[in-house]
Amino acid sequence: MSLLSDAGKYVLLMKRVFVLPDRWKMFFRQFPKELEKLGLDSLPIVIIISVFIGAIMTIQTKLNSANPLLPTYTTGLVTRDTLLLEFSSTIMCLILAGKVGSNISSEIGTMRITEQIDALEIMGVNSANYLILPKIVAFIVMMPFLVIFSMALGLVGGYFVGVFTNIITTADYLTGIQYSFVPYYVFYSVVKSLVFAFLITSVAAFYGYYANGGALDVGKASTNAVVNSSILILFFNILITGLMLN
Amino acid sequence: MIEVKNVDKSFEGNHVLKNVSAIFETGKTNMIIGQSGSGKTVLMKSIIGLHRIDNGKIEYDGRNLPQMRMSEIRILRREVGMLFQGSALFDSLSVLENVMYPLEMFFSGTKEEMIERAYFCLKHVSLEEKSFGLAPSEISGGMQKRVAIARAIALQPKYLFCDEPNSGLDPKTSLIIDKLIHEITHEFGITTIINSHDMNSVMEIGENIIFIEKGQKAWQGSKDDIFHVDNEALNNFVFASQLFKQVRKVNQ
Repeated sequence: MSLLSDAGKYVLLMKRVFVLPDRWKMFFRQFPKELEKLGLDSLPIVIIISVFIGAIMTIQTKLNSANPLLPTYTTGLVTRDTLLLEFSSTIMCLILAGKVGSNISSEIGTMRITEQIDALEIMGVNSANYLILPKIVAFIVMMPFLVIFSMALGLVGGYFVGVFTNIITTADYLTGIQYSFVPYYVFYSVVKSLVFAFLITSVAAFYGYYANGGALDVGKASTNAVVNSSILILFFNILITGLMLN
Repeated sequence: MIEVKNVDKSFEGNHVLKNVSAIFETGKTNMIIGQSGSGKTVLMKSIIGLHRIDNGKIEYDGRNLPQMRMSEIRILRREVGMLFQGSALFDSLSVLENVMYPLEMFFSGTKEEMIERAYFCLKHVSLEEKSFGLAPSEISGGMQKRVAIARAIALQPKYLFCDEPNSGLDPKTSLIIDKLIHEITHEFGITTIINSHDMNSVMEIGENIIFIEKGQKAWQGSKDDIFHVDNEALNNFVFASQLFKQVRKVNQ
């Protein structure tokens, strides 16, 4: 019952979010700030995680594919496909759900409990539209760049660890990452990430917007935002994969 | 003028407001007083439309709020200013930007006119220019309240709501804020409604006082009438301290 009620509240909130802004000037003032806060500020974590996951994936693949019957380029191929198909979209989005989701829900939740949202409403401002729309649009705009950046860095991480630890030759690795490349995988990954970007921002905004009480409740809203957006990401991952790769 | 007629409001079976009727007059500081939990905040939030009432009418100069659509309520709210208990200033904006915000949203003039208006409002509440660029967290509670008042009057509202304006302030600053609200009300002919349990404020600026007890209107009158009321609940509330008991004796 609570799930249905929450789903209904979420849809109604989105209905208020997706209307034309009262003042485009205010939207475009907020939009670059969100691009920076949600997108550019996420770059360090994307860089670190992508490089290290790419590296560890290369080591693991090499260690677990020691069969002489397998071609020598297997490690590069597996690293590339794992990064392209799942890591740089799904796993990266799960990580960003933690960073960006908690940021959004705690920011909006704090505004709610300190009556800043009430102040906006009293002024006659559509607070949902003003606060949430720039975040959703900014994160959706930034997400493809983050995903493609993550793919590239993951491959670089794999290359360096492979070469510097001498577990794979440069030629084998480069052959592997180019072998039987399907550009559609990049498109599929970007489409998935756009859906995930919407889920992360909208679910986090929903929990923040309806937070009530005190600091404890803002923390609870943040936790709920991260947990539920992660579950939705996993669910939509299956759905989109079924639709796009079958 | 704001007229409240037979308003009822419940929360999950808890009947908080019971058949409340009152008139809040234009150009006067109307005060809603009562003990904590008496329903005065719910009444104020219902008047503003932050709570939907179960029954009754809330008329802003004849315009019935509960019957309005959301788009109409938004237009009405552009005539409303509100001073929140915790000031509710936007953390991410400076003092000047906070006052500019409603102007940028709804004022149709030029940027220079907006800045001029914001400066006028900030100076009207006696804020020095050097504080205009500071963040709300960098100024004192009293200054935050003044900024909130400046923001509330930026669009020249017809109705001003103040929720516990003196909460967390020292007596001297409280008095300054009270006088400021009173002056603004008279100067601009605003219908001001103040929600308070600060008896100093009541005695200082209460021109039309509504006493709420257990969700019902128990009394209505002015600060002068309050000394001659035979209402036990009101007397226990207003004259709770020794100081006010003495004041009452002197006035009687």
